[in-house]
Amino acid sequence: MSIPHIPILRRGQAYESLDVQTVSNVAGTAPACEVSFACADMIKHDLLRIRDAREALQKFRCEDLVRICKHAADLFLTDTLPVGSRGDMQSPEDYVRQLAMTSGLPHSLIRMNMKRLHGVLVQTDIILKGLTRGLDLSVLDNGYGEQNGAPVSFAAMTDCLGVVLPSNSPAVNALWVPSIALKIPVLLKPGREEPWTPIRLIEALKKAGAPAEAFSFYPTQHDGSGAIIRRAGRVMLFGGDDTVKEYEHDPRVEVHGTGYSKILIGEDEIENWPSYIDTIVESVSANSGRSCINVSVIVVPKYGDEIAKAVAEKLLAIEPLAQDDPNAKLSGFANPKFASMIDGAIESGLKEGAWDVSESLRGGRKRFQSRDGMNYLLPTIVRVPAWGHPLAVREFLFPFASVIESPQAEMIPHLGKSLVVTAVTKDLAWINQLFACPTIDRLNIGNVPTNHLKWDQPHEGNLFEFLYARRSFQIEQIA
Amino acid sequence: MLGFGKKKPEVAPPAPVAAPSAPVPAQPQTPKTPVYSATPSLTPAAAAEQLDAHLREIIQWHFSPETGCPFWLDWKTKVGWDPREEVKTHHDLVKFDHFEDEWLRDEKNERFVPKGMGGRPFNVFETGGTTGLPKQRVGWDDYKHDYEQFGDNLSDEFFPRGSNWIMVGPTGPRRLRLAVEHLANYRGGSCYHVDLDPRWVKRLIGRKQYDEVERYQAHVISQAVEIIKHRDIACIFTTPKLLASLGERISVPSQGIKGCFCGGTSMTPEYVRFLQVEVLENKAQFVPTYGNTLMGLAMSVPEELAQNNYSVTYWAPQPRAILRIVDPENTAKTMDYGQYGRVELTTLTKEFFMPRFLERDEAIRRPPHAKFPWDGVGDVRPFGFLENKIIEGVY
Repeated sequence: MSIPHIPILRRGQAYESLDVQTVSNVAGTAPACEVSFACADMIKHDLLRIRDAREALQKFRCEDLVRICKHAADLFLTDTLPVGSRGDMQSPEDYVRQLAMTSGLPHSLIRMNMKRLHGVLVQTDIILKGLTRGLDLSVLDNGYGEQNGAPVSFAAMTDCLGVVLPSNSPAVNALWVPSIALKIPVLLKPGREEPWTPIRLIEALKKAGAPAEAFSFYPTQHDGSGAIIRRAGRVMLFGGDDTVKEYEHDPRVEVHGTGYSKILIGEDEIENWPSYIDTIVESVSANSGRSCINVSVIVVPKYGDEIAKAVAEKLLAIEPLAQDDPNAKLSGFANPKFASMIDGAIESGLKEGAWDVSESLRGGRKRFQSRDGMNYLLPTIVRVPAWGHPLAVREFLFPFASVIESPQAEMIPHLGKSLVVTAVTKDLAWINQLFACPTIDRLNIGNVPTNHLKWDQPHEGNLFEFLYARRSFQIEQIA
Repeated sequence: MLGFGKKKPEVAPPAPVAAPSAPVPAQPQTPKTPVYSATPSLTPAAAAEQLDAHLREIIQWHFSPETGCPFWLDWKTKVGWDPREEVKTHHDLVKFDHFEDEWLRDEKNERFVPKGMGGRPFNVFETGGTTGLPKQRVGWDDYKHDYEQFGDNLSDEFFPRGSNWIMVGPTGPRRLRLAVEHLANYRGGSCYHVDLDPRWVKRLIGRKQYDEVERYQAHVISQAVEIIKHRDIACIFTTPKLLASLGERISVPSQGIKGCFCGGTSMTPEYVRFLQVEVLENKAQFVPTYGNTLMGLAMSVPEELAQNNYSVTYWAPQPRAILRIVDPENTAKTMDYGQYGRVELTTLTKEFFMPRFLERDEAIRRPPHAKFPWDGVGDVRPFGFLENKIIEGVY
């Protein structure tokens, strides 16, 4: 049976490399696709000509590109689209099956992510409104205009947005998509097990009318990623803590690393804790706990043991199921070594005085499980004695969270970098302190799961402000 | 198997050799080892016979008290067997254990000077040396022989005789500096040089100062661009990365470059295609080589790159050096054709004898070619590439 060949896209032009790697299913028993790999110097070479891609997008008005994105939303969700360079076609069901094969994600989660991406595309206008604070997009077409009665002009800071993508969740592709409507071409480096989503999005956008030149796609090794990071004018980079640390002070690079998202319950609301268990459970386990917006730390002033037990009990229902089971909520690991490495890290942390509440409730059944040739980690809630414990602030690629008891006054000083914080409280003084806390990226007040995002708010940085800078200008009549 | 063992050989009383700086009244010519340029008429069997005859001569030279060097003569005493008696064909080379490159760092260079060189001062060529003392090899005329042999195989169309060269790459204490200039002179031209210090680049990479690496590379390329633009140059030696970088600044063939001799790092077929088709625009000829200070130059057949899908095979400058693809788990065993294995190098000249040195590369064993009727090594890449790739794939 033939498998798709995913080519390199060089400003939209398909290029089959001599360096071809086969991506197999997670169990390693069947090939899923061939992928053409680019060398780093080819990427550098192409970046010298990326201005052509920007010019192709500049021929469109922003409102047309917004319309194209909205049309692409439906095509992405429902249409049969080309996949690869050898005439293969991909229905939505093919996409689900192919992505499940290489990523370990259950079909149900892939469908959920498809809807999320559809939602992003279909709300492109709302997203841009949020990012630009209501700017009339014709300002980007004409170069200058007015906003709230004031003259404004914005200059693009780059000819392309380089994106080094991870493999852990298709929804991360939502972050680069608005770049097209902002007339900035993208140069994507897919995660090894996940070429499917960016390619399908590109095909949907092309079919909806976006110029092919706007899309460059380079499966590549580390040196190729390095070329993108160092040479592209603006870069969105997904990676671990080490990668993030390397680039966190580079204004060209927007780093997306671990989220360390948290739920806090205030002292005023702690007696009502049973009412918030469902929110906590969803925040920990949505999307199989693979997102940076999943909660990894639960902080409460008291009832730590009770809350840990209540959350763990609810999570017991999440078990490895067949990938196509509509009830499947737990993802296997595409890289089998990852599961055992994570399991080992948790076991090591537990020896330092923490308690695996989930394992106790499972009657000692181990966290590490295998099914259908894939490795899984069962949802895990650990009760840790203090902020300084090695498992207190950790983020893993499965439903995992620690529960810490901490006086409310000590919570903010210990938060550290937090992508999302949900604070369940009505205490205005504390709410004001939370709003003033610079290490919180996204703040929810009230009973809001951390995975609920509103698209009129920027997520992990404002893409518009990343790509464009306001320019001062004066225009006087010439005699 | 008899072998060196891992221990540093005991130091024997030094044989009387001339210090490099000692005045030498007469400069005897290096006893020439035969140089076999590409000889289509030679069969693999005849090439093997020539190799064996050459091998016996070299063994005789290095292990005879009248001509050999202190290092090998002491070694012979220590191991208790005489290669002159036991090594008659290249198959017998497995009686030697692997040469350890540490000896080139730990031993004094004088101990590798064959008495047969007649006290002639030697060149010292270095390799490695990012940290600590680099490995050093003594030499006299080998580099000339190696590069003349290589030069005889270059195309006159793409490397016109009488045209000038530029070398953009590591110069300093490396053999390459003299060798490329000699090659240019041998083919009737002069050579310009732009230096790159790879030890500094490796340090920068070690510190993850990638921006500084790029700035240094740009500094090197700027110098090269100026020379290429303002002098009549038709031929270049450089490394693959520097060639790609040069191609970012100028159209290399449009500036008059007709031929590019490239070496230094492993290249995937895709990278070779990129350099030939996109950087050299399929107008200048790309001539990949595989070599180092210890071996000389293994050659490829550039005319056949496209038909071989840019998979490069290199053939050692036999009989002066032998490349063998060995089973990494049992290095006495040669891999079958088409299989990957570790690259083992044996150098056989009167200036330098180095049996069974394990390179830090792996490659595919390829069959003899009409131009080079002995085994070749294909698609060279760093040893352990697959294991490393798995680690890289974790991210």
